[in-house]
Amino acid sequence: MSRMSWFNTVSLTLGFAFLYIPMLILIVYSFNESKLVTVWAGFSTKWYGELFQNDAFLNAAWVTLKVAVMSSTLATILGTMAALVLVRAGRFMGRTLFSGMIYAPLVMPEVITGLSLLLLFIGIGLDRGVMTIVLAHTTFAMCYVSVVVSSRLVTFDRSLEEAALDLGCSPAEAFRLVTLPIIAPAVISGWLLAFTLSLDDLVIASFTSGPAATTLPIKIFSAVRLGVSPEINALSTIMIGIVTVGVISASLISKQALVRQKRDEQAAARG
Amino acid sequence: MQSSTFAPWEDPDAKPLIRFKNVTKRFGEFTAIDNLTLDIFEREFFALLGPSGCGKTTMMRMLAGFETATEGVIELAGQDIAPVPPNKRAVNMMFQSYALFPHLSVWDNIAFGLRRDSKSKDEIKARVEEMLRLVRLEKFAHRKPHQISGGQRQRVALARSLAKAPKLLLLDEPLGALDKKLRQDTQFELMDIQEKTGTTFVIVTHDQEEAMTVASRVAVMDQGQLMQVATPDRIYETPNSVYVADFIGDVNIIEGRATPEGEDGYHIDWAEGQPALTAKSSAKFDKGQKCHLAIRPEKVAISAERPADAANAVQGRVHDIAYLGNLSTYYVELADGSIIKAQTSNTRRISRRSFTWEDTVWLSWTATAGVLLAN
Repeated sequence: MSRMSWFNTVSLTLGFAFLYIPMLILIVYSFNESKLVTVWAGFSTKWYGELFQNDAFLNAAWVTLKVAVMSSTLATILGTMAALVLVRAGRFMGRTLFSGMIYAPLVMPEVITGLSLLLLFIGIGLDRGVMTIVLAHTTFAMCYVSVVVSSRLVTFDRSLEEAALDLGCSPAEAFRLVTLPIIAPAVISGWLLAFTLSLDDLVIASFTSGPAATTLPIKIFSAVRLGVSPEINALSTIMIGIVTVGVISASLISKQALVRQKRDEQAAARG
Repeated sequence: MQSSTFAPWEDPDAKPLIRFKNVTKRFGEFTAIDNLTLDIFEREFFALLGPSGCGKTTMMRMLAGFETATEGVIELAGQDIAPVPPNKRAVNMMFQSYALFPHLSVWDNIAFGLRRDSKSKDEIKARVEEMLRLVRLEKFAHRKPHQISGGQRQRVALARSLAKAPKLLLLDEPLGALDKKLRQDTQFELMDIQEKTGTTFVIVTHDQEEAMTVASRVAVMDQGQLMQVATPDRIYETPNSVYVADFIGDVNIIEGRATPEGEDGYHIDWAEGQPALTAKSSAKFDKGQKCHLAIRPEKVAISAERPADAANAVQGRVHDIAYLGNLSTYYVELADGSIIKAQTSNTRRISRRSFTWEDTVWLSWTATAGVLLAN
């Protein structure tokens, strides 16, 4: 590899600084002894300790986790089903419309998604709480899952499924024993993506949450309006950690699957 | 090759294992199979041969249950198979891509079908090991498909499709992905396994040599229709159409007009100023009817002088020589510009070759060497 020119080095540094200095400051100040956010008074983990004493935050964190697990699981099931139909069903009436509509929420402003879901829930008389946030998050996360899963399905060799049928599987068994294990990396990375999206969503959650259930981002946002406390820095640091792990493992899993698939294909071509 | 006594297709009382009755398959506007009727018998090694798009794969997929006939009936052992889903048919298929399950080991791939039937662990183990022995892959049982070579993968696919002891095994271009040498070895292995297991094999291929080598009978297909169904030697020696003659092996086709001469002989006028050719044919031709004389290059002799007693002899000039090692094919240009191929075996070293480019030579063949075809 050739060495980078000074211009490239500078622009890379500036770019990354622009992206990550705010977060870095947040992380550093989460270990601040002082109660004043802007004054450094030595290293301490006491805000983390206090955070775990704060019932309101812990409660919100628990709600967030529940919502993330439930919505990402639901979104994975629905998104995988949508991907199967889109890739497999061949041509049917309204296929283009259907695939367009699957992807539309990806670019839809969140405020609009949130508002329309709110209207729907009020319309059908559903009390806002954990359930409504789960439904809302499932709605937008399943689009992401179906994008990830369908890109894997496009390269899936149909004759594998036919071979399973031929050897005595019912269609459901063929899916469970052959298709699912093979596309599993894509499904898992879809789940992780959905999980991460649900974890840090503020806009849609604030439209669809009720007094009974508040998620962590909402809690943080409302707490900050009363002034930034070091406790929130600590909490945010933990969230950054979780999201980072989620995103990195999602991309690692899909990359690994891709590498393995490439290697298999090359081996097959040689054979 | 089967023993000469194995010919159930000649026995009018024999019950076919597979029976296609006026089967038509359409995909939208496209007719893949056109009103096709065919019987395939038990223990046969039956080859479906044709260019791509002739409908041979569609026929196989209908037998496996992945396609249903638009019209007509397909029977397996006397039963209409249309309502039977693929997983309930006593038919297994070896896929062109092998379709080995990448997440399972060789052992588990072979056991896959057995596990679907409620068989005991010991039964499955015994059967998988028997299959591994059959295809000589005992050492590779715990490898994954991507960790073995193409030839080994091909054998795993064969073992997996044979494990359930199907009545009928379908092979879709089974040797297409192998190189030539391996392909030839595998052909004999396939025949061996077919004989050992007594399973009926239906093989789809576009490789005429492969079909001729392995099959007890060959069906030559074109555009969804059967052109000819016969044993390999009959397909080669007595093709029933110019299409079949041309598709199988190398052939010279001489177009002319027939004139009956005696019991089953014909004169064929084929070019201005050239003496008529003579040929024997059991098929009848009217006087002046258009006909095609098909002669295999190896049945055409090449000589410097006109052979005294030849039924047919034409003079030409050596236009080109294709040296194939064991054989040489001479492309001889006749006075009217048409080319006739003559093939000789190279029993001598190449430096002793009798003819070279631009030599004037005589080509000759007997009255029974060629086949007279109407179209």
